Amino acid sequence: MIYVEDKNLVIPGQILADDDYYPGRGTFKEDGKICSSLIGLVSLRNKKIRVIPLKSKYVPKKGDVVIGKINDVRFSMWDVDINSPYSGILPAFEVFGRDKKELNKVYDVGDVLFLRVIDVDEVKKAKLGLKGRGLGKFKGGIIVDISPTKVPRLIGKKGSMINMIKNKTNCKIVVGQNGLVWVKGDEDMEQLTREIIHTIEVEAHTSGLTNKIKNKLCLAIDGELPVEETEEEFVLEKPKLQNFKEELEEEERAEAEAKLKDESEEIQEAEVESESDDVEEDAEEEIEVESESDDVEDEAEEEKETEDKPNFYDVIEELKKKNQNKKDKNLSYSDNSKNNSFILNNR
Amino acid sequence: MSEMIREDGRKYNELRPIKIEAGVLERADGSAYLEVGGNKILVAVYGPRESYIRRLLEPNTGVIRCRYNMAPFSVDDRKRPGPDRRSSEISKITADALRPALMLENYPRSMVDIYIEVIEAEGGTRCAGITAASVALVDAGVPMKDIVVGCAAGKVNDEVVLDLSEVEDKEGQADVPIAIMPRTGEITLLQSDGDLTEEEFQKAIDLAMEGCMKVSELQKEALMKKYSTE
Repeated sequence: MIYVEDKNLVIPGQILADDDYYPGRGTFKEDGKICSSLIGLVSLRNKKIRVIPLKSKYVPKKGDVVIGKINDVRFSMWDVDINSPYSGILPAFEVFGRDKKELNKVYDVGDVLFLRVIDVDEVKKAKLGLKGRGLGKFKGGIIVDISPTKVPRLIGKKGSMINMIKNKTNCKIVVGQNGLVWVKGDEDMEQLTREIIHTIEVEAHTSGLTNKIKNKLCLAIDGELPVEETEEEFVLEKPKLQNFKEELEEEERAEAEAKLKDESEEIQEAEVESESDDVEEDAEEEIEVESESDDVEDEAEEEKETEDKPNFYDVIEELKKKNQNKKDKNLSYSDNSKNNSFILNNR
Repeated sequence: MSEMIREDGRKYNELRPIKIEAGVLERADGSAYLEVGGNKILVAVYGPRESYIRRLLEPNTGVIRCRYNMAPFSVDDRKRPGPDRRSSEISKITADALRPALMLENYPRSMVDIYIEVIEAEGGTRCAGITAASVALVDAGVPMKDIVVGCAAGKVNDEVVLDLSEVEDKEGQADVPIAIMPRTGEITLLQSDGDLTEEEFQKAIDLAMEGCMKVSELQKEALMKKYSTE
């Protein structure tokens, strides 16, 4: 017996189903009833119930790619803030093998890096590494933070959402699994991208979001683009929408098939994590590819774009300096204290 | 007896008007604002986050800390700011009332901080604090077994009544605040102040339970309203 439907919004303690279903992530079993432990959306697949949280904290997982900020430089490692209840460490030998160098000359406090989680120990401390293409220090740009559960939505199926934003705004975007997003491009576009990303975060659980975002992007950039181009954009929209729907259906079908395969294992170890992350894992691969190709393709892209709008990249050097300042401001995501009094005054 | 009308015009089993709003603060991980009668309470939840107090860490689970604080202007006479005996007690019992509902096993060595700020007080702030705090915890995405809800009953003019106001609390004979997990009906907080016969005590608990169930519906409504798309 089941009491909810797929994609329903549920709250903690709500009874979802009776014994004949399997409890997945975000649920627990009590007195033969499966209940939700989170506020989130129900995901139903082959008698397995999960609740996908609306908000959550990032818990480091081996193999994830994350964006982190150097918090402290110690004798043989860096302390890295990875936007999580657990801090990350980047051992010196992961960066320069057995050579001895001064650590703060390589990465100093405040630097933002793109890292991979190599290992997570039993107390959930994440050991980080820089081995892999595309990993390393970010220069300039801004950091936008979103809830880690929204990361797959931001990337979209096969990167549809993120690629669309990239193309529209001409920004370089890198998404970390821990919910931090690095954006670099024209200053206005950075701000626009930040807005767009926040919109996606807020409306992640609504349907037809890709299209909505597309409209928003067109509207915002409209003024800067030649008129003909925007018209083309609007013509292109309709078929895109259909594709998106088909994609969604396909996605669901594919996932259902994948589920069938995994089912036997999953029943045995209902508690074991992996399942809820299959979406994210897809996403992760996307990100990697994204970030790698970014650096290589970038020049080519730039050339193309300069033909259309020459003034975009003329001022980039100037912006870099500004961005450096911006970055510092934007990185204060862990500083929660300031705004508490705000609402009090308003009330 | 049940026909009697109370000082503020309520029936013996009537709650004061309640308004709950989830997610009112931008920078907190979760937050809630609640009004019950003349009470105005704001709760902010941070976490699970890295614990900066080493000695509080638990290797196998997360811990919660709670701070109940009354604004100096929240009562008629100015309240001296800072923690006092009463607010320390309420901080502790609030944390104790919420702890059984939390499922922090997946966040070992972490800490959840709950800040309850009473902006205006008019009796029954501890129950209101618990009610608001659990909404804020849900809003923060903290895994929970149930949404804890608090409500008080008491004895005024030899009558057992629900949800005491400030006047009733001061002039009444007894006050029984409870907090429950509404799905199972488990009691997570039970205090009793004043004299009650066994019969009256049972009656007070039953009445308070009933009140809790009503408040619980409002909690759920507030959360659904905040996040539903339709």
